[in-house]
Amino acid sequence: MANFSLKVNGKTEQVDVDPTTPMLWVLRDHLKMVGTKFGCGIAQCGACTVHLGDNAVRSCQLPVSAVGEQSITTIEGLSENGDHPVQKAWIEEDVYQCGYCQSGQIMNASAFLKKNPNPSDEEIENAMHGNICRCGTYTRIKKAIKNAASTQSA
Amino acid sequence: MTLIKTTFNRRSFIKSSALAGGGLVIGFSWLASCKPTPEQVNNMPKEWFDINGFLKIGENGMVTIMSPNPEIGQNVKTSMPMIVADELDVDWNNVLVEQAPLNTDIFQRQLAGGSQSIRASWGGLRMAGATARHMLIAAAAEAWQVPASEITTEAGMITHIASNKSAGYGEMASKAATMEVPEEVSLKEIKDFDIIGTDRRNVDGLKLVTGKPLFGIDIQEEGMMIAMIVHPPAFGMSYKSMDAESAKSMPGIKDVFPIDVYPEGMEKQWSDGGAIAKMVAVVGETTWQCMQAKKALKVEWEKSSTLENTAGHDEALAKLLNTSTKEPARSDGNVVKAFKSASQIIERTFSAPFLAHNTMEPMNFYADVTGERAILNGPIQTPEFLEKSLASRLDMPVEKIDIQMTRMGGGFGRRLYGTFGVEAAVISQKMQAPIKLVYSREDDMTQGTYRPTYKVKYKAGLDKEGNLIAWHVKGAGSNDDLIFENRFPAGAVDNYLAEKFSLETNVTTGAWRAPRSNFIAGAEQAFIDEVAEAAGKDPIEFRLELFDRAIKSPVGDPEKNDYDPKRYAGVLKLVKEKSGWDGSMKNGAARGVSAYYCHNSYVAQVLDLAEDVNPPKVDKVWCAVDCGIVINPMAAKNQIEGGIIDGIGHATYSQMTFEDGKPQQSNFDTYRLIRHKEAPKEIESFFVDNGIDPTGLGEPSLPPIIGALANALYKATGQRHYNQPFIMEKPVLG
Repeated sequence: MANFSLKVNGKTEQVDVDPTTPMLWVLRDHLKMVGTKFGCGIAQCGACTVHLGDNAVRSCQLPVSAVGEQSITTIEGLSENGDHPVQKAWIEEDVYQCGYCQSGQIMNASAFLKKNPNPSDEEIENAMHGNICRCGTYTRIKKAIKNAASTQSA
Repeated sequence: MTLIKTTFNRRSFIKSSALAGGGLVIGFSWLASCKPTPEQVNNMPKEWFDINGFLKIGENGMVTIMSPNPEIGQNVKTSMPMIVADELDVDWNNVLVEQAPLNTDIFQRQLAGGSQSIRASWGGLRMAGATARHMLIAAAAEAWQVPASEITTEAGMITHIASNKSAGYGEMASKAATMEVPEEVSLKEIKDFDIIGTDRRNVDGLKLVTGKPLFGIDIQEEGMMIAMIVHPPAFGMSYKSMDAESAKSMPGIKDVFPIDVYPEGMEKQWSDGGAIAKMVAVVGETTWQCMQAKKALKVEWEKSSTLENTAGHDEALAKLLNTSTKEPARSDGNVVKAFKSASQIIERTFSAPFLAHNTMEPMNFYADVTGERAILNGPIQTPEFLEKSLASRLDMPVEKIDIQMTRMGGGFGRRLYGTFGVEAAVISQKMQAPIKLVYSREDDMTQGTYRPTYKVKYKAGLDKEGNLIAWHVKGAGSNDDLIFENRFPAGAVDNYLAEKFSLETNVTTGAWRAPRSNFIAGAEQAFIDEVAEAAGKDPIEFRLELFDRAIKSPVGDPEKNDYDPKRYAGVLKLVKEKSGWDGSMKNGAARGVSAYYCHNSYVAQVLDLAEDVNPPKVDKVWCAVDCGIVINPMAAKNQIEGGIIDGIGHATYSQMTFEDGKPQQSNFDTYRLIRHKEAPKEIESFFVDNGIDPTGLGEPSLPPIIGALANALYKATGQRHYNQPFIMEKPVLG
């Protein structure tokens, strides 16, 4: 066990955990922030996506010991009132069905749009390839990303 | 104006009372629409008459509709209250939807399965809204001393024009609670609906995009520990012994022990279908600690029955299809004679593998079984059955068992089988402490309850003019006999024979989105395409000819999930028109067509592959649907799109295979699911506007798309696809 001081959603959090513990479980079990979802545990589905600095990462493969000073943003911290352009676009396009994978989809999409504010269809497809939606909302996710891109640039 | 009775056989579907603190409560039966015949009444479960939904109107005019149904992603939590709100004549913005408070003594929940939620509750929901509206009008009539017939309502306001009086629903709610429940109420005409048929966004949208704890796996309770399981690595293997010493000494681990989840002699429910009798439980402070301890654990398993292989399943199914039964499922005319006179005979065999459900939220359940009571909470579609299993397993009266339900991160049939709830309860009882059981993805994927593996052999005979004169279908599946003998093309061909077989296997199976249809539709619709080609006819025209014949000699009863050829032909004509199908392929895109009927809804699809793209890619799907009245088009289209992507994905990429009883796929690195760039670029849906009572959409768009895909791939590549997943038969979707 070891002590870690983590910057999560702008706040400093202290945890005493095994250094190999993935951030996914630090968030869910220790910090009780359950918006970040467990899907596969091997970085194949994207349900656990968070931002490490400005990058979208799979928190199930990110040991707490590798975080260091970098800030972590989760779905709970993406915006204060659920009004990030990507969140708004998701509501506008009524994307979700079961909704379970969507926080990972939103975190991946928001990091991607920051780097590429005006993506083509193909760029969206490639960027989102690591996020599985078992309900099959892919066409709506793409629409929502384009919608968010146009609002952001407006 | 349609008048409907609020009672049946002297039992009332509606109850009313005053709301504590002022206002009106209407309790109603969501299943009041079943319109039972007198003969059916004696056999009908008494719960069908029980009050299981609630509608509250507060003095502030806010309407709260309590939904007893679990949300799995079909959007019933939004669509069902829309029906109540429309009949009530209230502004949708003033409606709150809440999951019903969880009291199993009051709330008899209906099963969320078979795309039946909307179909079964349509009448009951309308009745509830209309009854509340009538009582509000009655209250106003008495208060204002005017005839009720002169009072009108609109968007939550009650008005009497002649005396220039008006009031909000909230103002009349408490008085309305003192009115008699009317014996019959009038319902709106379809043309007067102003919420039904309009796009309304998911009521939980904001919670979903902000990561609120809605799912079973999100449950956090004081003093709760995490539990995980280790189940046998193969079907046909059972627990023998273990060495848990090193695992037990690991940080955070509270205990490691074998559990008899289903001891011999325990009274099981159908929902315990794929149960594993004995496994090992690991209990610890956190999920990660449990995962580490599982790795350190040494469990010895022993062979307890056959260790089966995929090759063996395949052989056994093929063997069944080479036998004949003396008792066919359906036989019309004389196929033997007809095949002798046929000028062309086409015979093809299709197959599909086992599939896992792979809900994105792995199985999990919270349980607190201490002393003489059990509290459970989690994602389950069949709480009543789980309650019965627990009563037997824990030797506890059902009154002491409280099961609550959370939103579910996907179902697809998997959460009908609540073995994980029993496992959680047994673990909690042993620990005498609250626990949350969480499956790893591997536990989930290798645990069974799969979509069965199937094989079907079709034989069709054509006469000189290319008319279908004989049809013989033989189907077989693992623990499932596959064939719906009264569905198309029964009735459309004079000489028809259907035979079905079931292969007993120890690989456990269960319902998987659109059971049986999820395979048979694709096979049948790909075969029809080949037969139409042999007949030298356009595939849509060929099908329409068959429907014309079926209209003249209808088969079965549409109420019993048999088909109505007119509605079937209707969706095919609609998709033909919308997709601009002219049979010529002039536009360069390879197109395939397919149509199917299941779960009381009709679907026809045209699928276009992108021009000159290798490997092929789905460009666009046109989908025509007849599900009667559409409650919420935006949500309905979402279901259709999801089913299409799901169908394309599983038919193209997914399979569960077995070596010596061991599943060969255990996570998303080996089990391939469809991803963003493999999905169609565009899906456009159209509805037949016929005013018929609504039917469901959770399943019907999935089955036929597999046929449309196979038929389009043939046009693009010249290769027919007979065996799923198509990726095993090149070329594949890229």
